[in-house]
Amino acid sequence: MNLDYLWNGFTVALTMQNLLIGLAGCFIGTLVGALPAIGPINGIALLIPIAYTMGLPAESTMILLAAVYCGAEYGGRISSILLNVPGDAGAVMTALDGNPMARQGRAGEALMLSGLSSFVGGVFGAVGLALFAPLLAGLAIGFGPAEYFVLMVFAFATLGSMVGSQPVKTLIGCTLGLMLATVGLDATSGAYRFTFNEPELGDGIEFVVLVIGLFSVSEALLILEHQASGVTVIRELGRMTARLDDIRKSIGATLRGSVIGFIVGVLPGTGASVSSAVSYTTEKRISDTEGTFGKGDVRGLTAPEAANNATACGAFVPMLTLGVPGSGTTAVMLGALMLYNIQPGPMLITERPEVVGGLVASLFIGNVLLLLLNLPLVNIFARVLTVPNWLLVPGILVLSVVGVYSTHASVFSILLMLGIGIIGWLLRKAGFDMAPIILGFVLGHVMEVNLRNALAISGGDISILFQSKISIILWILAGAMAVMPLIAGWRKAKRMKTATS
Amino acid sequence: MTRTFVKTLLAAGLFAAVASPAGAEPSKPECLAGAKPGGGFDLTCRLAANALLEAKIIGKPMAVTYMEGGVGAVAYNHVIGKRGSDGNLITAASSGSALLIAQGKFGQYDETAVRWLGALGADYGVLVVAADSPYKSLSELIAAYKASPTDFSVAGGGAVGSQDWMKGSLLAKAAGQEPKEMRYVALEGGGAVLTALEGGHVKVGAGDAAEMSKHHAAGKVRVLAVMAPERLPGELAEVPTAKEQGVDIEWPVWRGYYVGKDVSDADYKWWADAFTKLVATPEFVKEREARGLYEYTQVGDAFDQQVKADVARFKIIAKEAGM
Repeated sequence: MNLDYLWNGFTVALTMQNLLIGLAGCFIGTLVGALPAIGPINGIALLIPIAYTMGLPAESTMILLAAVYCGAEYGGRISSILLNVPGDAGAVMTALDGNPMARQGRAGEALMLSGLSSFVGGVFGAVGLALFAPLLAGLAIGFGPAEYFVLMVFAFATLGSMVGSQPVKTLIGCTLGLMLATVGLDATSGAYRFTFNEPELGDGIEFVVLVIGLFSVSEALLILEHQASGVTVIRELGRMTARLDDIRKSIGATLRGSVIGFIVGVLPGTGASVSSAVSYTTEKRISDTEGTFGKGDVRGLTAPEAANNATACGAFVPMLTLGVPGSGTTAVMLGALMLYNIQPGPMLITERPEVVGGLVASLFIGNVLLLLLNLPLVNIFARVLTVPNWLLVPGILVLSVVGVYSTHASVFSILLMLGIGIIGWLLRKAGFDMAPIILGFVLGHVMEVNLRNALAISGGDISILFQSKISIILWILAGAMAVMPLIAGWRKAKRMKTATS
Repeated sequence: MTRTFVKTLLAAGLFAAVASPAGAEPSKPECLAGAKPGGGFDLTCRLAANALLEAKIIGKPMAVTYMEGGVGAVAYNHVIGKRGSDGNLITAASSGSALLIAQGKFGQYDETAVRWLGALGADYGVLVVAADSPYKSLSELIAAYKASPTDFSVAGGGAVGSQDWMKGSLLAKAAGQEPKEMRYVALEGGGAVLTALEGGHVKVGAGDAAEMSKHHAAGKVRVLAVMAPERLPGELAEVPTAKEQGVDIEWPVWRGYYVGKDVSDADYKWWADAFTKLVATPEFVKEREARGLYEYTQVGDAFDQQVKADVARFKIIAKEAGM
């Protein structure tokens, strides 16, 4: 395999100017990621015209944008862990175990561990992109509607692990998520569902609005409530470096998260929100033997964090090999290439190797820069926890409102976010988890659309769901995921039986 | 307190009046894209913003703002409701907007609620098949479609009722099938249509020439027909129009702009004149071609008439298609 383009790419990316551009991009990206509601797509959309008017060459612009994209995946975890407010779509799952860790006074450890797993995930993704991009393009094409549907069946099978101690509430949450996902234009019939003639609901409920409402607004309300009822929150920063023991414990989770994240990233129809969800539920299914997930388990923190970083790199595979974006953010980057009169597409790597090489190389360099940027800053980030409530709560609310308004420019979205936040607060008081709602929402939408498209292709014949090799493999995996805990439980019971006798 | 407030208001009003004298260059030119960054509306706005600045018709850079929702419906309602007299603002639109208006999907307002300013470029509908497909021409495809319509799944980058669906339905009609019976697969955007074709998941794709042409040139898919009045320049020059192949289908996807209903005639005229001046400049041609758009210029009243005619035509087509 010829990797000349990559070595040339390193010489492009390692020039002083491009290194500085990469560093600036990493910094902006971390910031964009850490701010709720503002994700990589907005950061990149803002930077494109600036880069273009500054007259940067195409490869420098690509390096800048890729650095912002990767940086955002790193930055998202900061607010997830410290405030239980996901910084971007891929960081929702990070909050599930990261925030409990922070509450236990292990914020510094959580930040460092997740920084390390982000690095592993990012580098894994970059290696995968550099070595296997052309091969993986075939995989991306092999996924039609039927295969996506079975992939979602697999995801729901891993979801069983989320049921935990309160199965009814988890199922209700998941159903709520599924119901929310049906709002908006139904592409297969062209009809509007549950929009109440409100054009702003035409595209459905925006993921960002839902996440910010459910997590940050309800979090702010909970903090206020605790304050009012006199419950003091303990805010210890704890140690700033990860324990070696925890690092060892999370190696498996990080690697599994990286693999899942990269593969999901390669598929054009799915992004970081799906990959982090699937890697979290899979990891819980595999590793959560003592019921510690959701209570600050390092594996529940590192798996989704590695996954969302690997996804960011994986999303470049269809973009660079097929000229088809693998995520919303890469779609905007394709647009940026077109501004430079570069036609993205299958011929890109032969026609403009310096652009592709520079971009791939900058993913490696960007990840190293991000690690160097993030580790020393753990200490500073963690101090957010010492911010008093009278500043923190308005701060969270202002960031949420500004974030949602800046991306949607509509008051309706803000009201919707606040309404969802109040409902989320009531649900949390009633003992509901927010994660199943998000999972139902994200996975349910992809599942419904692809099932209906698959049936549109076959004319209603469900055998299309079992035809390709990919779907059959996925069905088997889904079956295994569903059956595994039963077998594990049965063996445990048997072992206990033999122990007692 | 109240008095100072009123004074401030007066001052602000006065300032606004001074800042935008009728018919002069807008002080804060802005283009509103009714979608996420990176889509067709964004591209439309960037075309005007970059070309106007490059050609030095505007002195200050034009801001591009985004308001996502309902494929432009939210922006349409916003302009009508909140910024109906703002002479600084132009909003991106396309023939897709006219189609949605015709189907009543832009809320309570119809095509007369804004002033249509002009179109600066167009793309054209195309029908594509995978590179290894046995069909080499539109007539072969139609013949095969006629023989067994249930074997042909048609993919497009939009919902039932969208432009891509309309293109597919024109094919179905040409083959004597009810568009409602068509096996239409609604995917998210042209990229998804390409992968579905390449992966063999669907038989036919409906899309736009600019996006498909580079994949056609790379040998990944085959464009069978362009829905243009005559052959397109560039990579698709060899591909015959649908009309040449005996099927009277045209589907121009114009990219244009509108302003609020109450924008003064002087401001409207300034923009229209600016567009007329713009299209003659080499800077504009470069910017248009960079965005994969073909030549298509209609400005002022002519464009206003055309949008209204489009909406009327789409109403008939949609009705025939059973929408």
